[in-house]
Amino acid sequence: MAYDVNGTAVEHDEEGYITNLSDWSQELAGVIAQAEEIEMTDEHWAVVNFLRDYYEEYQIAPAVRVLIKAIKKSMGPEVGNNKYMYELFPYGPAKQACKIAGLPKPTGCV
Amino acid sequence: MAPLDDKKDVPMFSDYPQQIPKIECGASLDTDTFKAYPEHNEALGFPGELLPNWKEVAIAKMGELAKKNRAFQVYLDACVKCGACTDKCQYFLGTSDPKNMPVARQDLLRSVYRRYFTFAGKYFPWLVGARDLTKEVLDEWYTYYHQCSQCRRCAVACPYGIDTAEISMAAREILDSVGVGQKYCNEIIAKLKKTGNNLGLNPKALRATLEDMEEDLLDETGVEVKIPLDVKGADILLITPSADFFAEPHIEGLMGYAKVFHSAGVSWTLSSYASEAANFGMFIGSYENMREVSWRIRQAAKDLGVKRIIFGECGHAWRVAYSFLNTLAGPFDFLDQNYPIPQHILEFTLDEIESGRLKIDKSRNDEHVVTFHDSCNVARGSAMGDKEGGQFDVPRAVLKAVCNNFHDMERDTIRENTFCCGGGGGLLTDDLMDLRIKGAKPRMTALKQVADEHGVNKMVAICAICKTQFAKVMPKYGFDMDTIQSAHQLVANAVILDGQETEDDAE
Ligand code: SF4
Ligand code: SF4
Repeated sequence: MAYDVNGTAVEHDEEGYITNLSDWSQELAGVIAQAEEIEMTDEHWAVVNFLRDYYEEYQIAPAVRVLIKAIKKSMGPEVGNNKYMYELFPYGPAKQACKIAGLPKPTGCV
Repeated sequence: MAPLDDKKDVPMFSDYPQQIPKIECGASLDTDTFKAYPEHNEALGFPGELLPNWKEVAIAKMGELAKKNRAFQVYLDACVKCGACTDKCQYFLGTSDPKNMPVARQDLLRSVYRRYFTFAGKYFPWLVGARDLTKEVLDEWYTYYHQCSQCRRCAVACPYGIDTAEISMAAREILDSVGVGQKYCNEIIAKLKKTGNNLGLNPKALRATLEDMEEDLLDETGVEVKIPLDVKGADILLITPSADFFAEPHIEGLMGYAKVFHSAGVSWTLSSYASEAANFGMFIGSYENMREVSWRIRQAAKDLGVKRIIFGECGHAWRVAYSFLNTLAGPFDFLDQNYPIPQHILEFTLDEIESGRLKIDKSRNDEHVVTFHDSCNVARGSAMGDKEGGQFDVPRAVLKAVCNNFHDMERDTIRENTFCCGGGGGLLTDDLMDLRIKGAKPRMTALKQVADEHGVNKMVAICAICKTQFAKVMPKYGFDMDTIQSAHQLVANAVILDGQETEDDAE
């Protein structure tokens, strides 16, 4: 199971989360997004970049509420709200956006 | 890879009351959950992969369980095939697969037990429906024992009290013992052992999240409501599911607990070492893993020197806490014996309400017409308060104290007859999304009925699994995802803190 990034194979698990987090690149994010049937816009990138920054600081994805608050600050309330997040990432900002951002899948009762 | 639930058709509501579907053999045979990786199994003390001598090991394990656990043996022996349980399982009702009938689910194991452990089965297997343990049988176990949420709805209907949940836990234990674990459960237990919670949330991240919540509470109320972490010498240790630090609507519930504690003026704390109420050891039937998870709670209580332990909104955690905590991690003689050990947050909140200490403005929930989903492990595996049926009445009493509009769902779908949300018992994983959607059908049908008849627009649950499951599947049935609410979210709406700025002040 692997994504193809310009001829290089990047391994992923059964659900499409990449196996080695260091394999991530912007190009790869584009490939994952395509597989998820998502067309990346500036708004998608704002979410993905925030997730990556947060992960770098805390080694875990942020709570959805924390994510939304941050996006509200940077992009305004029309983008930074729960409903809009689900429009951007229909499968849920936590899981689907994490997948594109190359982070591990949030586990547990979430 | 497209999202896992993309291609599935949206199931239709059944007419109400719930209709029994026409049987479709094998309808759910292809529904399989991902298997654990070797590292997950090994972290839990199981073989990494299927053992070469798996058959002998599995049969020996079965014999050991029957000997050790008298109830398990009785369940395997006692069924008279009366059929009372057949239409009680939400997974049968949702999938139409006859192997999801509780009695059929039991028979998957019973038939093998008969073959190796009864006289008739050893010598005349064809007479008693006994069968050899083959790889096909093992695979079938894996498939159908991961389509049971161990909700025990069937056990209430059985005249002999046969509990399919116990059989399904035993089956998973046997599977684990030969190296066939489920990824969802085993990965999570392994993570908890490392980080203290199912999410893998480290103390630094936990603290940052809590500070963020505090900021929100201050913005909302103008009052400094704290969510303390690792405070030595606090009176109360709150053990809550880690989903309360991460997901919606769970977090709103956590903020509700904080408001109640603040208003009660008690000193309390969370623990980063025991930052999880959930205990997935129960789902895989592993006493050792259940014990290890519970032991962390005892350790945290001792280290922090608390006097009381209170549990947040988590269904199976409350079952484990209420029914087994003392056996698993007791004695708790170092806690204050004047309070229940452990106590449920709803018991605490109801006390505060009834004593008049908590100031409530019910009208703040007037836009909501509320119903309550009893979580299976609370309903059929625990109690609350000091009266019989308290596990049903305490949550309702709290909700009625904070909301003006409350309507129960159909009697046959609540209290001891409640349906599982569809995601309990280790099934709350994306690879089982199709099953989860189908399993939710009976509950969604009952909800639709009160929505149509009484305008219900909010359903409350007191379990992290129920909340996540409903937030995910409700949109498939045409409900907004925020139809599902935490109990303490509605409490939080209605509570007025001392010094709180309200809209009335502003006018
Ligand atoms: S315990 Fe619940 S899920 Fe399992 S067979 Fe019985 S009714 Fe079905
Ligand atoms: S109700 Fe009990 S005795 Fe009757 S078929 Fe089901 S498990 Fe067997």
